[in-house]
Amino acid sequence: MSTGVSPGMVYALVGNPNCGKTTLFNALTGLRQKVGNYPGVTIERKEGDCFSQHGVRLKLIDLPGSYSLNARSPDEAILRDVLLGRRSDTPRPQRIICVMDASNLERNLYLFTQVVELGLPVILVLNMIDVAESGGLRIDVPKLSERFGVPVVPMVASRKQGLVELKLAMSRADLPPPRALLDALPVPVRGALVRSREALAAAGVVSATASPLEPLYLISGNDPTHYGIDAAALAIIQNARAQLEREIPGWEDRMVSARYDAIMAAMDEVLHRPATASATLTDRIDGLLLHRVWGWLALGGMLAFLFYLIFSAVEIPMNAIEDTFRWLSGKIISWMAPGDFRDLLTDGVISGVSGVLIFLPQILLLFFFIGLMEDTGYMARVAFLMDRVMSRVGLNGKSFLPILSSHACAVPGVMSARSIESPRDRLITILVAPLAACSARLPVYLLLIAAMVPTGAVPPLFKAGMMLGLYAAGILAAFGFAWLFSSRLLPGKPSPLILELPGYKMPAFSSILRQMWSRAWMFIRRAGTVIMGLSILLWAASTYPKLPTSAGQEPDKSAALAHSMAGRLGHFIEPVLRPMGADWKIGVGLVSSFAAREVFVSSMSVIYSVEEQDGDDDDTLRGRLRDRLREEKRPDGSPVYTPALCVSLMIFFVFAMQCLSTIAVVRRETNSWKWALFQLAFMTGTGYLLAVAAWQAAHFLGL
Amino acid sequence: MGKTCQLSEMEAGTSAVIRSLPEGLPSLARLREMGLLPGTRLTFVRRAPLGDPLEFMVRGALLSLRGTEASLITVEVQP
Repeated sequence: MSTGVSPGMVYALVGNPNCGKTTLFNALTGLRQKVGNYPGVTIERKEGDCFSQHGVRLKLIDLPGSYSLNARSPDEAILRDVLLGRRSDTPRPQRIICVMDASNLERNLYLFTQVVELGLPVILVLNMIDVAESGGLRIDVPKLSERFGVPVVPMVASRKQGLVELKLAMSRADLPPPRALLDALPVPVRGALVRSREALAAAGVVSATASPLEPLYLISGNDPTHYGIDAAALAIIQNARAQLEREIPGWEDRMVSARYDAIMAAMDEVLHRPATASATLTDRIDGLLLHRVWGWLALGGMLAFLFYLIFSAVEIPMNAIEDTFRWLSGKIISWMAPGDFRDLLTDGVISGVSGVLIFLPQILLLFFFIGLMEDTGYMARVAFLMDRVMSRVGLNGKSFLPILSSHACAVPGVMSARSIESPRDRLITILVAPLAACSARLPVYLLLIAAMVPTGAVPPLFKAGMMLGLYAAGILAAFGFAWLFSSRLLPGKPSPLILELPGYKMPAFSSILRQMWSRAWMFIRRAGTVIMGLSILLWAASTYPKLPTSAGQEPDKSAALAHSMAGRLGHFIEPVLRPMGADWKIGVGLVSSFAAREVFVSSMSVIYSVEEQDGDDDDTLRGRLRDRLREEKRPDGSPVYTPALCVSLMIFFVFAMQCLSTIAVVRRETNSWKWALFQLAFMTGTGYLLAVAAWQAAHFLGL
Repeated sequence: MGKTCQLSEMEAGTSAVIRSLPEGLPSLARLREMGLLPGTRLTFVRRAPLGDPLEFMVRGALLSLRGTEASLITVEVQP
């Protein structure tokens, strides 16, 4: 009797983007999955356990969606390297589950023709078979299975239909290696590949036993950056490629044609199309959502609704988080004796952690919407609508959403840039997205506008206009720098846009929620630890050294701050700040705002001794701070907060990078401190120079 | 024999068969892999509201590319 599959067998899930691979992965593994990152690249690495139909534990790796083993992006290089067993951190899969969208068999089979040549047993899953059938497609499953020599399982992964059949196939001990569609590689190509394999093996790039297919995918011309291949090996690979190109011109294009010829020959037997194609649901929805009038209205309406949620509905949980931490700090104050340790807990740890968590509702909501747009298929339509605009500044339509999301918070904005395949476009998007006016800038803008224009002196519309101007400045700055970077810093041909518009489908909420949570958790863990550490540091800087006080005397907070490290730092940097019109007190506020922008407001209240009173809401606190700012005088008796200074500070806040969470996330997403620090330098540098220019110009004009 | 033109010059709603794609261009290599080959039939679905990119139905999938790439591909319009 057959004993079935051996325990611990490693299966890889492979398929085109939008084939429902992740839905299947979730259906197979349930909660038994681990989401992490491939070291060195920010590509989600998903592994999980699942059980065969007979209860044997199997390992499952969900590989990034890809159109071809000829890698063209870091994601696709991961797929190639894992399937070829080239990554030391991931076991080489022993079997492959090739998932395809049944409505789109021809194109999906292209990757399959490459995968079957690897010699591993393959199970073919025809996902979303219901959609294909309702479109009138008939697929002869037994014939497909016979033709390729692989088990074929029709499925609807989102409804777990066909899951048992798939598990039964996975349980088989005797899964045969599949029959390749091409009889063999063309003889001259094969000869050339064998020779390049020898050269590569001699250099240690591939193992001596590697199949000739390994050089085939390594020397692919689609992979101009050669991800994961070191420079020494690159020369050998490029030589091999040049030689092959000389011997057999156009070999790569011819191989693609040969694969599609084989697929078409098989399709003649297997696939029966309806005589006349009727308009599908996707056609009808696109007729509306990509319409030159309704399309824009739909996009605008959806974004307006999203931003309404982000700026108003989310206030309830945000206030709840704030209240919880305030309550906690109150408890600590009542339980513990006064002292430095208590202050460390309340003013350092708690205020630091709450400063990060306060943005969590917004971040979760954004991730949810991004997931919803990706899952339904609308995201690709947004890129389609916006591509023309974004191409003006050297980016493509996929950069639109990250920059837009950054208006709420740059953290999810930067993270959502992952969906951009081109590494160059992705980097530029990450570099410019934090220029968008995020919600942490809002309280600072409100304070500065209030300090600048006396209430009642100008119509409220004027203030709204200023706010609009600040938002516009952020967008213009992001686009301007995108243009500058794409034409100067990272010149090179913009990668062509090839965008698939997947059929619309009902969103799988459990997958969306799971992804939302795992991304948010990454933010909490990474940014949270960094932020907490730095908040403690900032607390210490604004506390020590202490002002000597006599017993029983209430220390003057403002004087204590002036005496502390932060206060001294403010004095120390005053010469640098003077050209932009700021004094040392503003310097302290600016220094503290590098943890997070909104901290500026609370630091200014400490510096000017505007204490919070019971029953104060934010508006009255801000109002008293505003009045205090207006009273502030320079030593010569002139007011400090002139319109010129307010404008200078606003300009600084538009550009400067003052957010530890963003720096931490950019460091993570670009996998280098280099770009995170470059961003800090160019943003803050621009902010400073323009603020100085504004102040000096105002001075020159005698304002 | 239908009239030949560039892929970028088709009218919305019409179908065509690809006659030629220049060989050896990296920007077209991925399009080939996604099934745009000489002899492939496709339908021009629509232009984006701002004029670019263009949307085609190829082998049962909706694919969008920019005019720059589409102008490299010669097609024969089908009646």
